Parts: sequence; structure tokens; C-alpha cells
Amino acid sequence: MNAVLDNFDLVLRAFGYTVFLFLVSAVISLVLGTLLAAMRVGPVTVLRIFGTGYVTLVRNTPLVMIFLFFQLGAGKIFDTLRFTWVDIHIGPFDFTSFFSAAVASLSLYTAAFICEAIRAGVNAVPMGQAEAARAIGLPFSGVMSQVVLPQAIRASVPPLASTLIALLKNTSVAGVFGVIEAVGRMKGFTNDYADQRWGIFIAFAIGYVILVEIVSLISSLLERRWKVA
Amino acid sequence: MRFTRTKAIIATAGLALSLAACGDAGEESDGPDVEAAENASDNFDDGTRMKELADAGSIKIGVKFDQPGLGFKDAASDTPTGFDVEMAKQLAASLGIEGDGIEWVETISDNREPFLEDGTVDLVLASYSITDERRAVVGQAGPYLVTGQQLLVAADSDIADVADVKGEEVCSVTGSTSLDNIEAEGAKPVGFDTYSECVEKVLDGTVSAMSTDGTILAGYAAQNEGELKVVGDQFSEERIGVGYSKDSPEMCQWIVDTITEAYDSGKYEEAFNATLGPSGVEVPELPEMDACES
Repeated sequence: MNAVLDNFDLVLRAFGYTVFLFLVSAVISLVLGTLLAAMRVGPVTVLRIFGTGYVTLVRNTPLVMIFLFFQLGAGKIFDTLRFTWVDIHIGPFDFTSFFSAAVASLSLYTAAFICEAIRAGVNAVPMGQAEAARAIGLPFSGVMSQVVLPQAIRASVPPLASTLIALLKNTSVAGVFGVIEAVGRMKGFTNDYADQRWGIFIAFAIGYVILVEIVSLISSLLERRWKVA
Repeated sequence: MRFTRTKAIIATAGLALSLAACGDAGEESDGPDVEAAENASDNFDDGTRMKELADAGSIKIGVKFDQPGLGFKDAASDTPTGFDVEMAKQLAASLGIEGDGIEWVETISDNREPFLEDGTVDLVLASYSITDERRAVVGQAGPYLVTGQQLLVAADSDIADVADVKGEEVCSVTGSTSLDNIEAEGAKPVGFDTYSECVEKVLDGTVSAMSTDGTILAGYAAQNEGELKVVGDQFSEERIGVGYSKDSPEMCQWIVDTITEAYDSGKYEEAFNATLGPSGVEVPELPEMDACES
């Protein structure tokens, strides 16, 4: 345990990267996922096919392969995808090409799952709701944003929370793709302090448990608040 | 009969493939001939681990599979190559074990201690730096080689020394000592799964340098001649030793003696020239080895 306590600033910074990866990817994937869900339930055939194709392709690809693509492949095809234009520094945190490629991989991957969670919610909204909304003359965007999605999101909260928890843990893949987040730091510690492996492992596991608990807490708060009486 | 023939064909194909692979990797030569000691079992006292291994006629040795020059195995070949591997062969030979008697187990940085503790391997020769923390859980004899960390940069880079990478992103393997050292030097650590991914990142200019043992870097510089170069003095000292289980402390003296013998008989130099020599590293003196606790 000493290794963790003596280097607590490094541990905090590592979990900081984990949290940043999670937050940024969560926001992007929620937006993308909602758009994809709208495409999949929408009336435009081309968009529906695109949405279905995206989910089929991305959901069935291992996350590590998506990471490999963005870290080693994409930059060779499109120079912008090397993300070398990203160079943001906040306090002790550096957000450069590696962080951006990790966010891109995580967001695009998670968006497919978010899309499906929201679509499940949309399907849970009774048909009559959408029909009534159309009957009073709302366009598709109105039907979705005013009537269907607010109810759908409510039904989607539990599966969304699961997806986001998975995202939080998936950030650990970035540890071997250039971002020294929690797992990357843990590997450094276990290499340096072979005699304290168990303590180090447990300490980092507790870190993840705390983070995941926060996410599930927020989810149950939202669930309770949005509960239909 | 047919089975034997099929096997022979497969073996031939495998050999052809491994030869082809050799062509790609530059010169790859077999180490010096290893002569297994005869009746080796008689040389050891009853009850020692060495005696047990010699009687059993087989030994499990953990080496790296991804470090050209030290311990490397490409997909096509059956046995790894490199300086660590040659030293391991010398140790096995003194027990009268050679060829099929040696089971090569891939160890990565993370599992070297667990593998020794639970007996998955009998010895570890996997660019295994000697540290106090590691000696608290396993035995480490040696060092048989002292190396240091350098920088690998693009051929047209201005970086000449470790002082020049302060604040720059430098790549190495996640969780390695090299990455810690780089961080201590003020550079921003970037960790990848393997060295080859780091080399990619240096080649495409995403990171300014990669850092690890000079011997490994020299291998990559040789592979990418004209595009990459090794710069700077060694800014760390890694004392590479042999790992063994704490349950059999008697192995320490045997390891030290065997390696000293290999050095005196010139096998050490031969092994070095065959493995690390081609990347332009000179044969070092055998480092002063730590005394074994008895």
C-alpha cells in the first residue's frame, strides 16, 4: 500500500485522466448515440440504413481494434486523424493526440450502445403517443424532441447507466494506447514495487469501485426523480 | 508413416518460413554451440533444486518474446533468440539439459514474479533488472549484463540528449521502468503495449522520441536505417539478472558460477556477438556480480 500512498499525487492524476476520458467520451457518445437512435427510428430510409449499419459495424468490433485503428491506422489515411492539432494543457493534465484518439475510439464505440439503449426506450413509448403528437401537427423533430424522447430517455436510464459504467471501465484500454490513466499507472507501480502487488491492485480496484458507484448513484437519483407517479 | 511425412512437410514449411522471416529481421544467427554437461546430476548435492532439475532432464525458463537482441521470438520460429536466451541455454547446459528439455515460457514484465513464485517457470531471464523491491519477493542472481536507457529519435531530429526531451512526449512500454525514468527526467510519458507500436509513433512524428535499453533501440535503428537514430548517453543503469524462486536459494551460487564460467570460456562473448553484436554494441566486461546470501 505504501507505494500508492507515497505516490498519491500520481494516483490522483491517473484517475483524473480516467475521469476526463470518461466525461468527454460520455458527452460525445450521448450526443452521437441519440442522433443515431433518431436515425434508426426515423422515417428516412437512407438514415435508417446508415444507423443500422453503424451499429452493426461498430458494436461488433472489439474496442481494442478501434483503438488500434485510431492510434496507428487512421492517421496514415487522413492526416487530421492523427489529432496532432489537439494540444490543450490544463494544470497537470495534457490533452494531446493520444488523449484525443482515445476519446474518439471510446465515443464512437459507446455511441452504438447508447443508440441501442435509447432505441429500447423509444420502443417502450406507446405508439399512441407518437400518433397523437403527429395528429396535433408536430413535425418528426417535434414528435421526437417534445414527446417521444423525454419519455424514452426515462425508460432508458437503467440501460444507459450500464453502458456508461462499461464506458468508464473501458477507458482502461487507453492505458496501453498512450494515456497514463489508472490502469497504465497501476502497471507502472506493480512493475516497480513487486512486493506490494496486492495492495496496489486493491487500491486501484477501490478507485474504480468509487467512480462506478458515483455513476450508479447519479443514475438512481435520475431514475427516482423522473419516475412517473 | 503418413503422419510422419505430414509432420516433416509442416516442419520444412515452418523452417522455410522462419528462414524467410530471418531475412526480414536482418542478420539473425544462432548462438554458440552449447554442450550439455554429461552426468550433470552428479555435480550437485542431494536435495538441491539443481539436482532435481538435472534428474528430471527438463527446465522451464521465462524469457521475453518481444525484445530483439535479448529475447525475441517471431511467430514462425519455435524457439526464441537473443542474449538472455543464450545465457539461459548456458545455465541449462550445466544441468545437462539442452534442446527439447528446455521449455521456453513467455514472461512479460507483469508476470515474472508470480511465475517464479508459483513455479510456472524455474528461471527468469527476461531483461530482468535487479531491484530491492523484486528481491523482497524473488531471488535475483547477477547481474550478468549492465545496460542503460537511451533515446531513439527520427534521423533529422534535433534531440541530442535526454535534457532535450523535457516537456516532450516520449514513448515506451506501459508499466516499464524505462517509462518511469523518462518521467523522472521531466518528459511526458506515453505508454504503449509493445515497443514496435512506439517505433511507429516515432516514425510518424507523433512523439519526439522513444526510450528504453540502448541495446533494444539499436536493434530498431538498424531495422529502420536512415529514418531513426539512437542518441544521448545512457541515463539510467539497469543491472540485468537471473530470477529464481526464493524457495531454492542454493540456485544463486550456481547461477553466478555458471555465468562466470561461460565468460571465462568465451561463450559469453560468442553469445553476445551473435545476438547484440550486429546492432553495433561492443562486448562488455562481465559485471561484478552480487554475492549470494548463504
